[in-house]
Amino acid sequence: MFRNQYDSDVTVWSPQGRIHQVEYAMEAVKLGSATVGLKSKDYAVLIALKRATSELSAHQQKILRVDDHVGISMAGITADARILCRYMRQECINHKYSYGRDYPIGRLINLLGLKMQVCTQRYDRRPYGVGLLVAGYDDQGPHIYQTCPSANFYDCKAMAIGARSQSARTYLEKHLNSFKDCDLYELITHGIKALAGTLPNETKLSKQNLSICLVGKDTKFKCLNEEETEAYITAEASHGTGRSASASDPADSGVGGTERRERDQPPPPNPEDPIPDVATEDRRMQ
Amino acid sequence: MANHGVNIGPFWKDGPSAGSFYNFPGNSTNQSANDYGKQASTGPITTGTSIVAVKYDRGVIIAGDMLVSYGSLARYHNVDRVFQINENIILGITGDYADFQFIKQVIDETILADFSMDDKIAMKPKDLYTWLTRVLYNRRSRFNPLWLDMVVGGMQYDEPFLGHINFRGRAYTSDVISTGFGTHLALPILRERSEKGTMSEADAQEVVKKSMEVLFYRDCRGYPRYSQANINDQGCTVTKHDVQQNWDVAYLIKGY
Amino acid sequence: MIGVNQFPEYKVPGAVQHQFNPYENNGGSIVAIAGDDFAVIGADTRLSAGYNIFSRDHSKLFTMTSKAVLASCGNWGDSDTLSSFLKYKVQQYADAHENREISLNALAQLMSTMMYGRRFFPYYVSNILAGTYEGKGYVYSYDPIGHCERHTYRAGGSSAALLQPILDNQIGLKNMEQKPNVPLTVDRAVDLVTDAFISAAERDIYTGDGVNISIITNNGVENRRVQLRKD
Repeated sequence: MFRNQYDSDVTVWSPQGRIHQVEYAMEAVKLGSATVGLKSKDYAVLIALKRATSELSAHQQKILRVDDHVGISMAGITADARILCRYMRQECINHKYSYGRDYPIGRLINLLGLKMQVCTQRYDRRPYGVGLLVAGYDDQGPHIYQTCPSANFYDCKAMAIGARSQSARTYLEKHLNSFKDCDLYELITHGIKALAGTLPNETKLSKQNLSICLVGKDTKFKCLNEEETEAYITAEASHGTGRSASASDPADSGVGGTERRERDQPPPPNPEDPIPDVATEDRRMQ
Repeated sequence: MANHGVNIGPFWKDGPSAGSFYNFPGNSTNQSANDYGKQASTGPITTGTSIVAVKYDRGVIIAGDMLVSYGSLARYHNVDRVFQINENIILGITGDYADFQFIKQVIDETILADFSMDDKIAMKPKDLYTWLTRVLYNRRSRFNPLWLDMVVGGMQYDEPFLGHINFRGRAYTSDVISTGFGTHLALPILRERSEKGTMSEADAQEVVKKSMEVLFYRDCRGYPRYSQANINDQGCTVTKHDVQQNWDVAYLIKGY
Repeated sequence: MIGVNQFPEYKVPGAVQHQFNPYENNGGSIVAIAGDDFAVIGADTRLSAGYNIFSRDHSKLFTMTSKAVLASCGNWGDSDTLSSFLKYKVQQYADAHENREISLNALAQLMSTMMYGRRFFPYYVSNILAGTYEGKGYVYSYDPIGHCERHTYRAGGSSAALLQPILDNQIGLKNMEQKPNVPLTVDRAVDLVTDAFISAAERDIYTGDGVNISIITNNGVENRRVQLRKD
């Protein structure tokens, strides 16, 4: 395993002005299976590919509800994501208790960013090894936010993170302008198509490994059950797109539709790479 | 008192005991806060009297006179008790004016923090109402109440909102609210009008004017000058008014 | 008023004495009846203190889950705090249990624990929790410091002493020679709650204006409103 000279601690700068430990943490996001988030003018949708650590285990949960108006989808160390989720849930509950209304999404993310930043500056912490897609709905409409271990966050129209998510971002970029006027069905279908491009070889979308959650106008955050999920998969299969969405050039630079562009991610790993499992600790550093 | 467990009294009555400083009689500082715990406020000192508030079809009016009393003394004149908090919220208070000045500063800080976020999210009346309920309830639970009756009004999105919180954290929303002596003098007038059906802005102005008039004539802590906040979908105004007084019958009142 | 002056031995350094009364009685009455597979719970909608009526349309019912409704009256500030606190506990339970709703009997125990947590500065409230658990109707009642008891019917609040005998007679069939053996229906339970409140509003100034009734069945919660005398 390669190392850099100035990567011993998050408090150590490299002469190039980088903090290698934070950058390593960014890599952890790419180890997790892909997840996609996108929004229309009324809805925000999260779609994730779930993994099972072995034949014997159930699929790892990828999307968590935070509050009636917000939920998160994760890629990276899921244990870290659950800590962040617990924090967000507590903040939302406290806010509702104090002010009698939902926490505005932008401010919740801002708060989360402040919490995550601390870990990138203190010698006795490590950055959170997880990227989140946050879908929420508030007075200003639907939101999709991306957060990184570097504690950066981005207000997105659509975004994909996780293993081989570049092809999903390419798909999202290509169809970005159509999302706004999509109905919920079309929006979810776009999300599934984007996610389909990230599937490893020999893997197909199924009701077990696909997770679809949504939130929107007059709609509390909810996840589709297996039956509803399967209906989408069947409809999607009959259109016969499958992996074809990834056909466009994955080297096509840029990140899907960020309103503030994020360019600090190195190119995605080669699709032939073995997929390390981030759900279990001992394999984390593979 | 110093010298716990040692039975040495003061050298003379109200005098210092051994090792203690002399304190003048009537000054209780020799009983320090640490010895006997603390005494929190157990009643209001400088007080504002009634608030009158009504919801009309597309807005809210809150009115209150401009006197702050010290017991039966008309201590401070031309003091505002009705305020615009932000573009969505108006607030009226009855009770201890010092407690109000304290909480007003906290409210203004939160409004400023809100504004400084620069994300176009502003507090709504229900947010402030819920928050104030929590604050007043927590203070009463710590036996250190903020002795206030607070009336929160404003526009909750497109709907008028009107709520009342007292110093024990008892909170409710209603179409018409009055505090202090107004619960006896103004509320019957307001309810009589309110139960006939939704008021227009002019109806609301009229019924508030009538209420303030009655309150001035009958509340000994009343004052002829009052401020009135009016908030609706068009915006918010705070105006000053004078009760039209008529003492023509005064000469007939004899024998007291 | 009983104060520290009546107990000179408590007049020691550190003992805090206060005259401020943190409680006020905001009145209100609540009734709940459990049927075989349903529960009915009602609360009047008057908010008052002394001779003042603050609101005639003030709900004292709190829907906690799709199978549990809480009725709470007494000191409204306490009712308000306790019910919203409980609501967030219900949410936290769901978060910790993969979004499963807390069951009625677990909620009943949680309520008791929360109320006893304020044993030495109690929530000055009369609470009744009604709902269904595994398809059956339940009613739990509480005293202000968290004693919890299961009943088939229960009245609480300012008119408890007026309402409870009506239920004892009509549902409990207390001291009757010949007891009719007909199971309680939803309609009869709702009618009984309504009539009980109409009677209470005649004699209790702290009860009136209206009744909110929640009917908890296995299909969920249905809410109704009945008007009462407003004087």
